[in-house]
Amino acid sequence: MIELLLFYVFAAVLLFAATMVITAKNPVHSALFLVLAFFNSAALWLMAEAEFLGIALVLVYVGAVMVLFLFVVMMLDINLAPMREGFARYLPIGALVGCVMVVEMALVVGSQDVDLMRGAGAANASASLGMSNTKALGSVLYTVYAYPFEIASVVLLVAIVAAIMLTHRRRPDTKHQNIDRQVRVRKEQRLRIVTMAPEKRK
Amino acid sequence: MPEFANLVWIVAKIVALVVPLFIAVAYMTYAERRVIGWIQWRKGPNRVGIYGLLQPIADAGKLLMKEVVIPQSANRFLFLLAPLFSIIPALAAWAVLPLGDGLVVADIDAGLLYVLAMTSMGVYGVIVAGWASNSKYALLGAMRAGAQVVSYEIAMGFALVGVLMAAGSLNMSEIIRAQQGPFWEWFWLPLLPLFIVYWVSGVAETNRLPFDVAEGESEIVAGFHVEYSGMAFAIFFLAEYANMILISGLATIMFLGGWYSPFHGVAYLGPIFDLVPGTIWFCLKAGFFLFGYFWFRGTFPRYRYDQIMRLGWKVLIPVTVVWLVVESVFILSGFGPWF
Repeated sequence: MIELLLFYVFAAVLLFAATMVITAKNPVHSALFLVLAFFNSAALWLMAEAEFLGIALVLVYVGAVMVLFLFVVMMLDINLAPMREGFARYLPIGALVGCVMVVEMALVVGSQDVDLMRGAGAANASASLGMSNTKALGSVLYTVYAYPFEIASVVLLVAIVAAIMLTHRRRPDTKHQNIDRQVRVRKEQRLRIVTMAPEKRK
Repeated sequence: MPEFANLVWIVAKIVALVVPLFIAVAYMTYAERRVIGWIQWRKGPNRVGIYGLLQPIADAGKLLMKEVVIPQSANRFLFLLAPLFSIIPALAAWAVLPLGDGLVVADIDAGLLYVLAMTSMGVYGVIVAGWASNSKYALLGAMRAGAQVVSYEIAMGFALVGVLMAAGSLNMSEIIRAQQGPFWEWFWLPLLPLFIVYWVSGVAETNRLPFDVAEGESEIVAGFHVEYSGMAFAIFFLAEYANMILISGLATIMFLGGWYSPFHGVAYLGPIFDLVPGTIWFCLKAGFFLFGYFWFRGTFPRYRYDQIMRLGWKVLIPVTVVWLVVESVFILSGFGPWF
């Protein structure tokens, strides 16, 4: 009973936040609503006993990705008027993409061949193995799906290297410090003690 | 109504945890000023009550009476919400911390992940406060603090990965039970580099000295909370100290054997030390770390911003990665009494 109530609360807030992400006027508000949406979907995953996925969503998306998003959005001085101009022009394409997504979801959810209760069985699977959800996911990921997992990590690594190379610019004129030389510096190199007679007032 | 009774029981447990926590926070501000006073050869607060013991209560009263000034051009809603973004994760993470054997609000399997998720959310309070204040000092302070917290979270997470490899569990109580024994069998010794990395990044995570570049009197005044006053400021203050206690408690659980006495399981000495309840040992160990916070503050000069970033990315993260490899060798070879 309470569980059902909680589900509807989280689902309602999730839908509200998701709508606000695309309708909010201020981009910072949009980003914060996206955080709220992530948080509520994490709560829904927790209720489906997929605790690892739920917590990982909060840890990765809310804790790291969205923070960087917010950094960028706050630094940019976004003028909203030119962004609104293209709205009518892009509406048909947006509507088409939306329709495709709805049809795809309907095919998966409504299909007789895909048994959702079996598909949502991360919890069932881990329960039948007699171990926690996190442990079950880890053991499957590193045994059965080891190659796809490693390939995915290499692809991500390539993306990171490429992104850094694209944005990196060499600036020879900056005052770059050489930490090694700073640490190795000795007193004799910097300090000169001068002995001189005290000056007298004339 | 068994569900209702269960709910009341959970709320009672939360209150039993949070009330002592708030009292601890209040008296930590007192202890900090006294300890730093001693370090700097002066007295610290000693006027209100005996030895100045009523000072935190007087401070709380003062902050409650003060007006919460909201800047005219601030975003009112987010400005008032930001302190809550800071305090809620700081308190929520306490749910999985076992203060004694079985003395925990929620004994969940993914406890360590939950703590990491909660502590990673604390940064929103800082960023939202900086942005909603609509002040250049607050925004620059929030950027600095945010970048620092996000960077050090990585080193901290890696250090905790080492702990979960050694313990073989994400459950906090299981992690402590994996360290059962006298003090040389706790994880601090085989994971010494990770312990140091965790402790350094813990100090950086809470934006405390010597890593408190979020504050800078000469350039950005008080940093992200420069526009806050009265109770709104007090909540940021509470969150900072609750986070310090949280980091100390986590260090105790991860590396210093939680509720076990330092001579647990040793002949003759063990039973005598076990007479003291585990919760007391937990508090003593956490108190050691808290004293460390004050000691650092009284001793070290402030780091420069680029030095902090260099330490986090180029020193601490490589150290953790190397030690994770070394630890895997330890585990595979069954090294010492630990693995």
